[in-house]
Amino acid sequence: MRDRTTDLAIETSGLVKIFGKNRAVDGLDLRVPAGTVYGVLGPNGAGKTTAVKMLATLLRPDGGEARVFGHDVLREPDAVRARVSLTGQYASVDEEMTGTENLVLLGRLLGHRKAAARDRAALLLEAFGLTDAAARQVKTYSGGMRRRLDIAASILNTPDLLFLDEPTTGLDPRSRNQVWDIVRIVVAHGTTVLLTTQYLDEADRLAGRIAVVDHGRVIAEGTPGELKSSVGAGMVHVRLRDPAQRPAAERVLAGELGTAVHLEADPVALTARVAAGDADAGAERASRALGSLAAAGIVVDDFSLGQPSLDEAFLALTGAGERAEEHGGGRAGGRGGEHGSAPADRPADGPGRPAGHRSHETHETHHDTHETYETRETTV
Amino acid sequence: MSATTTETGTSFVPAAETLGAVLAPGARPPRPGALSASMTFGWRAMLKIKHVPEQLFDVTAFPIMMTLMFTYLFGGALAGSPTEYLQFLLPGIMVTSVVMITMYTGVEVNKDIEKGVFDRFRTLPIWRPSTMVGYLLGDMFRYTMAATVILVVGLVLGFRPQGGVVGVVAAIVLLVAFSFAFSWVWTMFGLLLRSEKSVMGISMLVLFPLTFLSNVYVDPATMPGWLQAFVGINPISHLVTAARSLMAGAADTGEITWVLVSGAVCVAVFGALTMRLYNRR
Ligand SMILES: Nc1ncnc2c1ncn2[C@@H]1O[C@H](COP(=O)(O)OP(=O)(O)OP(=O)(O)O)[C@@H](O)[C@H]1O
Ligand SMILES: [Mg+2]
Repeated sequence: MRDRTTDLAIETSGLVKIFGKNRAVDGLDLRVPAGTVYGVLGPNGAGKTTAVKMLATLLRPDGGEARVFGHDVLREPDAVRARVSLTGQYASVDEEMTGTENLVLLGRLLGHRKAAARDRAALLLEAFGLTDAAARQVKTYSGGMRRRLDIAASILNTPDLLFLDEPTTGLDPRSRNQVWDIVRIVVAHGTTVLLTTQYLDEADRLAGRIAVVDHGRVIAEGTPGELKSSVGAGMVHVRLRDPAQRPAAERVLAGELGTAVHLEADPVALTARVAAGDADAGAERASRALGSLAAAGIVVDDFSLGQPSLDEAFLALTGAGERAEEHGGGRAGGRGGEHGSAPADRPADGPGRPAGHRSHETHETHHDTHETYETRETTV
Repeated sequence: MSATTTETGTSFVPAAETLGAVLAPGARPPRPGALSASMTFGWRAMLKIKHVPEQLFDVTAFPIMMTLMFTYLFGGALAGSPTEYLQFLLPGIMVTSVVMITMYTGVEVNKDIEKGVFDRFRTLPIWRPSTMVGYLLGDMFRYTMAATVILVVGLVLGFRPQGGVVGVVAAIVLLVAFSFAFSWVWTMFGLLLRSEKSVMGISMLVLFPLTFLSNVYVDPATMPGWLQAFVGINPISHLVTAARSLMAGAADTGEITWVLVSGAVCVAVFGALTMRLYNRR
C-alpha cells in the first residue's frame, strides 16, 4: 500500500542489538521516507537510543540490516556519516568550550576553511539566538540554550538526515516550542528528521509518521491520525456550570452515547467515550448529546470532542492494561518467555485491546492519565 | 551582560529567514584530510588548556619538585655534590617526568569518551584516528613545556650540558617524539577501562617500575643481575642513555635508533589497539 518508489532515508529490517542478555533492539523494522519528520515513540528503555546509535554508525548491530539512503551502516559507514548528523540524548557539545568554539571546531571538521567556519558559526549562533552567549563556555548555558547549540552543531552542513534523540526532554514549554519550530524549519529545507521521543504530543505535532517502539520492536506504525483512530473511539469532554447538575448530565450523556460516563475529579467535569465507528458518526452523536443536554436545561460551559489522544493509543498498544506485576524491575531480567506473545503483529488488528504482554514501570505514571480519560481535545 | 543573555535565551523565536540562510544548500566542502582533521583536534586540545590552565600545574610544579628533590636527596651521597650529580641526573629526571605526565592522556581520554560530544565526533566522516592524534598533539605541547621547565631549573642549579643548544634541543625532540608514541598505551587504557581511577591505577602500576627500574638515578652496574637484565631491556633506560648522549654532545646512534624503533612499535601496536577499541565503542 505504501509507495515503493518513494526514496527511503532509512530502511531497517530485523535490526538487533544485544547487551549481555538484554535484547535492547529486537528485530526492528523501519521505513522512513525522505524529506519528512519520522517519530519514534517509546517508553524508557524501549531501545530508541540504541537504534539511533546503530543508524548513526556508533554501535554495531548484532543482527539484521540497516540502510541509510541506501548505504549499509556496517559496510559503508563513511557514506552514511557523510549524510547524517546526530544530536544525542545527552548534550553532544563540549561543555568546556564556548559556543563559537564548538561550532568552529565542527565546521573545520566538516571541511570548511577557517574563515568560512567562523562565518557559519556566527550566522548559526545568530539564527539560534545565541549571539550574546557565543563567547561563554557551554557549561554556563541553560538547558534550552544547550539544546539549541547542539542542534545548531548538527545542521552546520545541512545534513540529509538528522537524528534528534529526545530533543526536548527536560526542556520547559517555551524551549520545547523553540525546538519544534527549528525542526519544522529544518525539514522545510529538505532534511529528513528522525525524532525519538517519549512525548506523544511531540510526535503528534511534528511527525508525519510515527513508529511506536517497545521492547526493541515496532508495535505500531502509521500517521498520528491512523494510530489514534486504530485505538477506536473519540472522547467527549463536558464542563458544567453547576456541579449539582452533574448526575443529570451523566444520565443524559449515558443515554445519548450509549457508553459509560466518567466523572472526573473536577466536580463539574465529565468525560465519555463516543462509541467506536467512523469519525463522522461520532461527531454526530456528540452534537446530539450536546443538544440533549441543553434541552434538559443543563448549562454547559465547555464542550469538546477529542480524538483519542496518542497517550491512549500508546497505552493500548504497549499493553498498559496488564502491568500488575513487577514494579521497578527494569527490563534487563528475563522476559524471554512471554515475549512469544509477539507484540509485533498486533497493530493491524484492533490495538484497542490491551495486549497481554508485560510492560514496565514507565507505564505506571501514564496509567493515571489513562484512568482519568485525559484527552487533548479539538473543540467542536 | 549575563542578564541580557538569559533574556535572549528564553525569548528567542527561531527565524525562518536567518536559519534558511544557513541551511541553504550550498556545496558541501570536501571532507578534511587526515592531517587537517588531526590539527583541528589538536586545536581543541589547546583550547582546553586555555580554558583550564590549572591543568598545566602537573607539567610545571611536578617536574620542578622532582628535579629539586632528587638532586638534593641523592646528590651528596651518590656523586659527591648535588651539582656533580645533576650533570648525570638531569636528562634522566627530564625523561622520567615527561613519561610520567603521559598518563594524563589516558585520564583525559577516559573522561571525554563518556561525554556526548564524542558520539558526534564519531559520526563525522573524518579520518578515524584524528581524534586521538589531536589529544596527543595537545599533549606534545605539555611534554615540551615540562621538558623546558626542567631544563631551566637544571640550568639554574648548575647543569652545564656539553652538547650545547643543538644537543639539548635534539634530546628534547627525541623525548617528546617517544612520549607521543608511548602515549598510545594510555589512549588504549583510556578507552578500555571504565573509570578515571582505574586508568590512574594502571598507569602508576606501569610507570613506577618503568621509571625507577632504569638507569635514571644510579648506574645499573651496582644492581643485582636479574635487575640489570630488566633495566637493560627497559625502553626508558635506552631513552635516558640516548638523551644523555645527545646532551653530552656525543650522540649514541645505536641507542637513538633503539628508541625510534621502540616508539614505532608502540604506535603500531597500541595505536592499532586504540583504534580498534575506538571503533568498537
Ligand atoms: N551500553 C549499554 N550497555 C548495556 N545495556 C545498555 C547499553 N545501552 C543501553 N542499554 C540497555 O538497552 C535498553 C535500551 O536502552 P535505550 O537507551 O536504547 O532506551 P531508550 O529507548 O533510549 O530509553 P530512554 O527513553 O530512557 O532514553 C535498556 O534496557 C538499557 O539498559
Ligand atoms: Mg534514549
